[in-house]
Amino acid sequence: MAALTLSRLQPRVLAPVDLQINAGELIFISGPSGSGKSLLLRAIADLDPNQGEVLIDNRPRRSIPAPEWRRRVGLLPAESGWWADRVGDHFITAAAKTASVASTASGPSTAANATRASAAPAARATSSADPADDNADRDPAVSTALPHLLARLGFERDVLDWDIQRLSTGERQRLALARLLLNDPEVLLLDEATANLDPSNREHAEQLIDDYRRQRQAAVLWASHDPDQRQRLAQAAGGRCLVIDSGQLIPEQPF
Amino acid sequence: MDLISLSPFDLSLAAGLVLLLAALSWRLHLGIERRILIAAARSTVQLVLLGLVLKVLFATTDPRLIGLLALVMLSVAGWEVMARQRRRFRGAWGYGIGALSMFLSSFSITVLALTVIIGVTPWYQPQYLIPLLGMLLGNTMNGIAVALDGLSRQAWEGRNRIEARLLLGATWSEAIADIRRDALRAGLIPITNAMTTAGLVSLPGMMTGQILAGSPPMEAAKYQLLIMFMIAGGTGLGSIAAISIGARRLFDGRHRLRLERLRVV
Repeated sequence: MAALTLSRLQPRVLAPVDLQINAGELIFISGPSGSGKSLLLRAIADLDPNQGEVLIDNRPRRSIPAPEWRRRVGLLPAESGWWADRVGDHFITAAAKTASVASTASGPSTAANATRASAAPAARATSSADPADDNADRDPAVSTALPHLLARLGFERDVLDWDIQRLSTGERQRLALARLLLNDPEVLLLDEATANLDPSNREHAEQLIDDYRRQRQAAVLWASHDPDQRQRLAQAAGGRCLVIDSGQLIPEQPF
Repeated sequence: MDLISLSPFDLSLAAGLVLLLAALSWRLHLGIERRILIAAARSTVQLVLLGLVLKVLFATTDPRLIGLLALVMLSVAGWEVMARQRRRFRGAWGYGIGALSMFLSSFSITVLALTVIIGVTPWYQPQYLIPLLGMLLGNTMNGIAVALDGLSRQAWEGRNRIEARLLLGATWSEAIADIRRDALRAGLIPITNAMTTAGLVSLPGMMTGQILAGSPPMEAAKYQLLIMFMIAGGTGLGSIAAISIGARRLFDGRHRLRLERLRVV
């Protein structure tokens, strides 16, 4: 539950950006490739050197250690990175949070990650409900317990034992989303979050993101090149659509 | 056993082997005949010069001259480490990381060996100092070069996986941990292998030299052991120092991966 404020934030190829995203608000950005959408998102996540300031609930970014900042302001990059061989090894952060996962996703660095996980907000929806039941609900409560996230994105639990090399681009994208939400970010920065998904999986992912945004009151900044998706979701959520035009962030013309 | 002095004629017979190798390389289109000949010529000039310099040094035992030679050896070794990196750190770091880690490890271990273990007086007596330092620099140089090359190459290729960890809230140290470990391991493999097979497969060069020069084999073996342990320690410490500084340099204060601090050669 947090608002994000960009104050004269300046990534490499853009003019300084001023933008206010309220808690629970959805904002789309679009623009031709190379216009700087990804660079803007990376700058907000503080992954590239940048000028200007970003505030979360009026607290300036520079007063927050970078790792904590990136946990609270979660970026889903267009191309996700995987550092271990097995899918489950990338969800180790969750091991300390979700006891049921610990048995499958234990690894050498579990202890090191446990301290990080304990720093995450303790408040959390319980994961007692059978995740399979959630599909029937019209408006299921979003839990960031791993089994729940995996089920909502159409995975069985055995996905944790899969080999990373075996995954398709779309599977990687969905797993990266699960991995990100597991951190309980207060702000979501999505870079083409559903670009490689088939219609059915795209709908699941959109629904999950939408539920997460509303129930956690998360601010969402979403770069999408799909005009239909921008229009559909922005209308449903009462969000705004912005476009990057020659380095400036301006409102997108109505469809 | 007396030392049989080698005449220039004996050496030119041995040099004939290198010429033969160069001819073969030309015949088989390997394309390395030029480099073989240049390397052979370089080693001839360098070793003869070193022999002459040491001859003068042994006679004088002037600490300033000895220090100067040690410094020259270190700077060349630092240069060599940098030259072997395909992706070097920009600016003074490219040279500094290798040279500093070699200075820290090789010098401290050499001085330790001279003062505590061998007990030479004065400790900078060149007959012991220069050969020991040379053996140590030559070998730590290899380890550090391999380790640093592994670090920069893997960081360059692994940008996605490093940033994926940063994005999930890892610190820079957690994000580079496995790459750092791999690079260190690679740097330590040569000396580990050398210790494993010493005396079984290969007769170590220094021991061979000592035996040829007339030392009792047992004494030669003990010195060889001393050198090997020193090299192992020096390579380990040097690689750890180089990798620690290098890994830190890849990130900034906000835990961002700064690959632009590397340049491709």
